[in-house]
Order: sequence, then structure tokens, then C-alpha cells
Amino acid sequence: MSEAPRWRHLAEPAWRPGGALVVLAFFAVFPLVFTNATVTTIAVDTLIFAASAVAWNIFSGYSGYISLGQAVFFGTGAYTVAIAARAWHLTGETVFALLPLAGALAGLLAVPLGLIALRVRRHTFVVITIAYFFIAQLTATNLSVTGGSSGILAPSPNWAPETFNNPFYYIALALLVVTTAASWLIRRSRFGLQLRAIRDDEDRAAGLGVRAMPVKLTAFVISAFATGIAGGLWFYFIGQALPQFAFDPFFDLSVVVMAFLGGLGTIAGPILGALIIEPGQQWLTLQYTNEYLSEILLGILFLVVILFLPRGIIPTGAELIAKFRARLRQRRADAAGRPPVPGPAPGSAPTGTEAGTAGSEAGTATREARP
Amino acid sequence: MGRQIYEAIVDGILGGGVYALMAVGLTLIFGVLDIINIAQGILVVLGAYLSYVLSVHLHIDLFVGLLITVPVMFVIGVAIQVLFIRPLRGRERTSMSLLATFAVALIIEGILYRFFGPDFVTLKASYITSSVYVFGFYLPYIYLYGFALAVACVAAIYLILYRTRFGRSVRATMQDQMAARLIGIDVNRVAAVTFGIGVAVTAVGGMMFGATSGGFNPNSGYDLISRLLAIIILGGLGSIGGALAAALVMTTAESLVDIWSPDWAVVVFYLVLVLVLVFRPAGLFGQRAARAQ
Repeated sequence: MSEAPRWRHLAEPAWRPGGALVVLAFFAVFPLVFTNATVTTIAVDTLIFAASAVAWNIFSGYSGYISLGQAVFFGTGAYTVAIAARAWHLTGETVFALLPLAGALAGLLAVPLGLIALRVRRHTFVVITIAYFFIAQLTATNLSVTGGSSGILAPSPNWAPETFNNPFYYIALALLVVTTAASWLIRRSRFGLQLRAIRDDEDRAAGLGVRAMPVKLTAFVISAFATGIAGGLWFYFIGQALPQFAFDPFFDLSVVVMAFLGGLGTIAGPILGALIIEPGQQWLTLQYTNEYLSEILLGILFLVVILFLPRGIIPTGAELIAKFRARLRQRRADAAGRPPVPGPAPGSAPTGTEAGTAGSEAGTATREARP
Repeated sequence: MGRQIYEAIVDGILGGGVYALMAVGLTLIFGVLDIINIAQGILVVLGAYLSYVLSVHLHIDLFVGLLITVPVMFVIGVAIQVLFIRPLRGRERTSMSLLATFAVALIIEGILYRFFGPDFVTLKASYITSSVYVFGFYLPYIYLYGFALAVACVAAIYLILYRTRFGRSVRATMQDQMAARLIGIDVNRVAAVTFGIGVAVTAVGGMMFGATSGGFNPNSGYDLISRLLAIIILGGLGSIGGALAAALVMTTAESLVDIWSPDWAVVVFYLVLVLVLVFRPAGLFGQRAARAQ
């Protein structure tokens, strides 16, 4: 019974539903307000990355298995749409109908890959995912069905150039919303709890009856499915699938850094990270044509995040707000002439009813503040 | 055909020696600090560029230049550890250190681009172009020299680890950091020096890589690091002997497949890793501890 508030705290989303609706409304009208093609192109790109980062977080953020091979599924999605559209001579909006297929194939591929990789943990897992990435990229370069190193061109979309980006934008937005909803549902569910139990201590979780392999594999496949759709959409948007861009090491790292920056294992964290990093990076590329400067700046940004915001913006921010609130209540209690609430001790029994609420809130705050 | 296979095996073993040296540095760092230095690849490239600058601008022989580049790389390694690895704490330390070293790699890559651009360069010396008749066919001298040097370096690291007081504290730290701290070992110093040594070998590896790879640019680090990672995982993380064996297995397998299809040779490199791990999740010489959370 005493565990109940802690459970609720774990299951609660990082932002409130009202805030979510406001953000969603903003995203929905964005392309109607900002019609500049450069801006909407960056926006589509950002949404695709945000969806991919959320998808990455569903597996890696919740389970603690850091995958650096997520581009395998992104590229699989891209090539699925590319090859299918070419084979079936699809053009225009019908190409979008291939997106579920892209997700399905990426998810299917994740099953054997996961069965092998999820037998090992930590560093070894990370390196196997990197190995997968290289195998995938080299395979795409060497096979003839993927067009080798010259890749595959996308069929050209047939809608009006003024609103060219809009269909991509809204599909990417829908993908982001659905992926985020999935992430939210998973985090609240028993399944999500099992994933986080695996993250904290896999052997103990297994001892308590979590069937680790099926749980991990399911999350891996869900994550791959969403990433595959993102890849398929990206291919049609960019207009070409090349081995080095469909299977891009930068993609692998970008989604990881986005999730880390926003907050690993949180719901809104990966989105926030994507909203900061992707437009920033695109802007840098537009500003400075020489690639090395944006590389150095990105590296410095990584280091700053790791050294000063190691737990990400959302957890650190929540911690600061909680601390601030606790201090505010303390000050109010002082001003009212009451004896100061013994702040950090959640078990302390305050006397008055008002002080009682203050005391329990301060208790929650310290609980949330604990790493 | 038989002759080709024979040549490929000799090629693989000689090339494997150099990869072994770079991988030993990486696995040593892992053993002591429990982190993977993603920057190892770009540090090899940095080592190659340092050799390049010394030989082109100051006309210092490649092997003599190592007397300068090895200490420089050692200092760089210590600096990376002290500045970016030591401050990391907490549960996510492992994944954080991956990202931190990757960030360092990005910055170094950017700086190399700034100074050298994307053009491929090679190291030049008389012993790179001239060959010697040995093992029944012609082989550039550099392969032999480099292999000998790599063997000497690995032997030196082995001696340091098993015959010196410092080596004993390194091994103690590898086994149990807490216990090492309790018996009075300065674990921070051990970690910094180990990181330094692990990075210092990239000066030698970089020189050899620059001389034998047929051209490198700031982008070459990615290919290198992924190979090195495959090698140390295959050998079993933290196992020096394992890294040596795995380097030889990998490069030989690659050069054998190269006879039939150069395109798929690199794929085989990673395929070997995945296949071995299906049967031995801890790698060839890994301890079960490599699986612990």
C-alpha cells in the first residue's frame, strides 16, 4: 500500500494531457503558418527523427539495452518502400500505402537479430548492434536488388509544389503521435514495468518471474516497426535511397543523443531532444557549408550534455522544479509562523493538516529527486 | 589457388599483428575502466596524421617519429580520461562513456577535417614501396617491420602488466576495483595511465595503418573502430590474449574471402563476430563476467 504513490509516480507521464494537446495543436497548424519550404523541410526531418528517437527509447530507454544499430531498421524501411514502389510501379499518394509493409519487414528482421543480440548484455550488445549496422550497409552496397552504391530513386510525387511538404509533414506527425502514444501506454503497462525491471537488474527481474527474452524481443520489434515506417517515409521524402544515407551511422547516434539529451526512458524526452538537435543541426549545415564545424559543435554539445546534464533535460528539470516547490512551501510555512517542516523526511508526522500536506509533498519531491 | 590461399593467410597474419596492437589498447582500457573507447578509431587516424606531418614537413623517418608521437598520444589519452571519463558517475556511466568518447571522436574528426580536408593521403618511405622475397613471395618490408614492432609492443605491454608493480595494480584494478582501492592502490591514477597506454599504442597502429592501408582521410576512423570493436568482442572483452587471437582470425578470414569476392570480405568480418557470439556469447576467451549486468 505504501508503494502506491511511488508506482503512480513511475507511471505518470512527464507532461500533463492539457500541455500535450497544446503542443499537438501547435504542430498541427505549424505548416499552415510557416509555409517557407526550407522551414517545412526541416520540420518534416525533425518529426521523422523525433518519431525514430521515441521508437528507440521504447526499446533502449526502457530496457537499458543501448542499441547503436537502429539505422538497420530505418534503412530496411527505406529500401522496402523503394523496392516495392519500383516493382509495383506505384506513384503519388499510393506510395504511402507501403509504409505499413516497411514497418512489418523491419519488425520481422528484428526477430532473428534480436534473438542473437539480446543474449548478450551491455557493451557486447552495443557492439553487436554496430556489427549489424555494418553488415546491413555493406549488404545494401553489394546487392543488385538495392541498386548497389547508386541506390534507388523514388517515384516523383505528383502534388502541387507549393504544398509539397504537407503530406509528408502530416504523416510524420501522425507517426510521431502514434509512436508517442505507444510509448506512453507501454510505460504505464505491466510490460513497461517488466522492461524497466530488466533495466535495473535483469537477473533479479528474471528471478521474480519476468520472462526477459520475450519481453526484450517484443520491445525490440515494436521499436524496429516504428523505425521502419520512419525510414520508408524518409525515403519518399528525400527521393533516393543510398546505402550510406539509408544506413547512416549519424542516424544511429542522433537518435541516441536526442533521447539522452531530453531524458532517457521518459516519454517527452526524445521528442524534446529531437526538437533541439535536428533543427539546430540543419541550421548549422545551412549556415556553414564546411562540414567540420558542425561536427565539432555537435561533439561539444554532446560533451556538455553528458558532463552537465547527465540525466537529460526532463528528469533534471523535474528535479529542479520539485526542489523549488519544496523550498517555496517551506518558506510559506516559515512565513505563517509555523515550525519549519522537516523537509526531506517523508515519514515525519507533521501536526497541523496544512503542514501535513506540505510535509507529504516535500516527501514526494525528494523521492522524485532521488536518482 | 593453393598459392593464393597461402598468400592470403600470410597477409592476414601480418596485417592481424597491427590490428592486434590497436585492439590490445582498447581491451586494456575496457578491462580497467569498464568502458569502451569509441574514439580509438579516430585516434589511430590522428596517430597516422601525426606521423604524416612529421615525415612530410620535418622529414623525420616514420619509425623514428614514433619516439615523438607515442608520448604525444599518451598525453592525449590521459587528458581524455581525466577531463571526460573521470567525471562520469552513476548507473548510466557505461552508456555515457560510450557517448563521451564518441563526442571526443567527433571533435577530433572535425579538427582533422579542418587541417587536412577530406583528401586521402598516404605515408611514404622507401621500405613501404620496396619488397623482400620471403615466405615464398614478395612482401613490402613495412609489413615485416610493422609486424615485428607490433609484436614488440604487445610483448612490452605484457611485461608491464605481469612483471612490474604498476602492472600488478592494473591487474588488481581489473579484477576488483573496490578491493584494489581498499589495499591502497590509487585507482584514479591507474585508470588515467592505463587509458594513456591504451591510446599511446594508436600512434604505432596509426603509423602502420597509414603506411599499409593505401590512403586514409579523417573519415577512416569509423571503419577502424568497428573492426577493433568486433575484434575485442570476439576475443572476449578485457582479454589481451583473446584480442590477439581474434585479430589474427578476423584478418585472415577477411583476406581469404577477399580472394573470391572483395565486396563481401568486409561483411565476413562482422559475420564471423555474430556467428561466434551465437555459440559463445562471452566471446572466444571471455569470462562469464562479461555478461553480468
